[in-house]
Amino acid sequence: MIAFYFVALLMIASALTVILHRNPIYSALALVNTLFLIAVSFVLLDAELIAMLQVIVYAGAIVILFLFVIMLLNVEAEKHAFRLSRAGTAGLALALLLAVELGVLVVVWEPARVETPPAGFGSTELLAEHLFARSFLPFELTSVLLLVAVVGAVVMARRKA
Amino acid sequence: MELLIAFVKALVALLIILQVTVLLLWIERKGSALIQDRVGANRANIFGGLLPFNLGIVNTLMADPLKLFHKEDIVPKDADRFLHWLAPFAAVLPLFVTFAVVPFGDVLVIGDTVINLQAAELEVGLLFILGMVSLGVYGVIIGGWASNSRYAFLGGVRGSAQMISYEIGLGLALVSVVLTYGTLDLQAIARAQGELMWGVIPAWGVFYQPLALVLFFIAGMAESKRAPFDLPEAESELVAGFYTEYSGSKQSMFMMSDFIEIAIVAALVTTLFFGGWQVPYLYRDGFHLPGGLFLAVPSLLVTLLQVLAFLVKLFIFCWLQILVRWTFPRMRYDHLMMLGWKRLLPLGLANVAVSAVLVLALEGWTVA
Amino acid sequence: MTNPYIALLISFVLCALVAAIMMSASWILGPKRASKAKLEIFETGNPPLGSIRGIRFPVKFYLVAILFVVFDVEVVFMYPWAVVFRRLGWMGLAEMGAFVAVLGVGLAYVWRVGALEWE
Repeated sequence: MIAFYFVALLMIASALTVILHRNPIYSALALVNTLFLIAVSFVLLDAELIAMLQVIVYAGAIVILFLFVIMLLNVEAEKHAFRLSRAGTAGLALALLLAVELGVLVVVWEPARVETPPAGFGSTELLAEHLFARSFLPFELTSVLLLVAVVGAVVMARRKA
Repeated sequence: MELLIAFVKALVALLIILQVTVLLLWIERKGSALIQDRVGANRANIFGGLLPFNLGIVNTLMADPLKLFHKEDIVPKDADRFLHWLAPFAAVLPLFVTFAVVPFGDVLVIGDTVINLQAAELEVGLLFILGMVSLGVYGVIIGGWASNSRYAFLGGVRGSAQMISYEIGLGLALVSVVLTYGTLDLQAIARAQGELMWGVIPAWGVFYQPLALVLFFIAGMAESKRAPFDLPEAESELVAGFYTEYSGSKQSMFMMSDFIEIAIVAALVTTLFFGGWQVPYLYRDGFHLPGGLFLAVPSLLVTLLQVLAFLVKLFIFCWLQILVRWTFPRMRYDHLMMLGWKRLLPLGLANVAVSAVLVLALEGWTVA
Repeated sequence: MTNPYIALLISFVLCALVAAIMMSASWILGPKRASKAKLEIFETGNPPLGSIRGIRFPVKFYLVAILFVVFDVEVVFMYPWAVVFRRLGWMGLAEMGAFVAVLGVGLAYVWRVGALEWE
């Protein structure tokens, strides 16, 4: 439990760095850190496989794409300090509202029966059987999604400006 | 007690990797000299030639790292200081940690305590290594960017594109190995290779997955950015690629990460395809030779032999990579990308498909 | 060991310490004689062209990165599949076959339009 709070605090700190840092490269690296910490909290939940996949796909692949895009677009560090636009103010208000709601929920909510997970919960075998035996339709649809991503990227990259 | 054992095992894993990298540095220098018909590093002496003879390997081993650690640490004036520091750290740390999940022996039995010779017994060890290797890309890309130099930046971009391209081939080659053994636990994979095929041939992965071995070896070498795949650090075009602006121990971290990657590829080839720490016919109580011969060996000696076997195999495959490096010329970048995407990827997919069909068609073909 | 991740954490801390010590070795042991020329970036002896912030590089690399993400996700799905493959049997083979076939179309398309070519 202490481990969870420790990791959660680190995670929040590094997530804040992602949005608040002026240099987009630093933001991306803080994102790697956040995603890695999410993997750590998956480990704390006994979901080893998900934790490793989290590291491989999110921390190891997707942020690399982000870094490439940042370098490609040559995004400079923001010159101006963070200033709120009208939409930003509205967003902040909504976020605050959500935070209050969550706070109320945490206070009011009584933990129902906390079910002990079945033996082997989070193991590779169990997860794989779930994925490939019971929910194979979403799995197959994922491939279509990925196909669209490939074609879309190629079309965008090859369009002559 | 358990914590102490865990600590000692982690230390042993780290020491293995450190020793292997330092030894590899020497093997590389002497080996390349051998290949190119020169004498190679031969002037290592202490206190400016105080001794009348040179100290040979021992001193060369210490001299190289010591020299590097005594160099000035230069950070270019326009560089991003923090990222410039972070990049070598990010390059070396994930690779250091990978060795924690590599089994370097079966079990060590001291009295009633049975110690598994693997620092962290992860059920998903193989994926852990892959994850850490994929994190290693950040060191390259940040190092190139933080230096704020054209050569370094080009090297970093090239290097990261190359590494991610070959990660796919690497992953696919491993999928077919996982198909064969049905587990991601490296220790379990090593144990499974203790069986015998037809009572004679050790059931090593190389006999089940020869194509996967070739694909993995090529992709692994490309991943470690070594000749013939050393385009990110091509010295004739990019000076030193992404670590052009590094000096002293920071630069040696990048060099070290290259050597660790060699060692990881060798360790994985050993564990997945050549039985890991298995010595053919040697079991926990002694040699069971084909034909019913039995030779009892004390348990401690068995463990020792197995660790030794692991290290010998590890060095054989490290040496093989060094041989390849000094034998083949550098590839062209378009060829490199073509090999990764148009050869390794389809071949890897085909290998997975064939393995899957074979596993189903001839159940009993595998060791599981 | 009850939880192997504690061992892994120990490993992580140990490795980080050793790496940090080795990295600072030069800073502690090495000389510090900075000069203007030394702090310039190295451009094979020519006067440096200046900062790279603002430099542009081919969109090709972005394409490689996105292809990598897509195929990485594909490969990642294959690991749990490979682990339980024997229990899934022919059904599992068919499932993964369909999945790979769809992505194979993607690969064929990318190949066909020449997005894998480097000039």
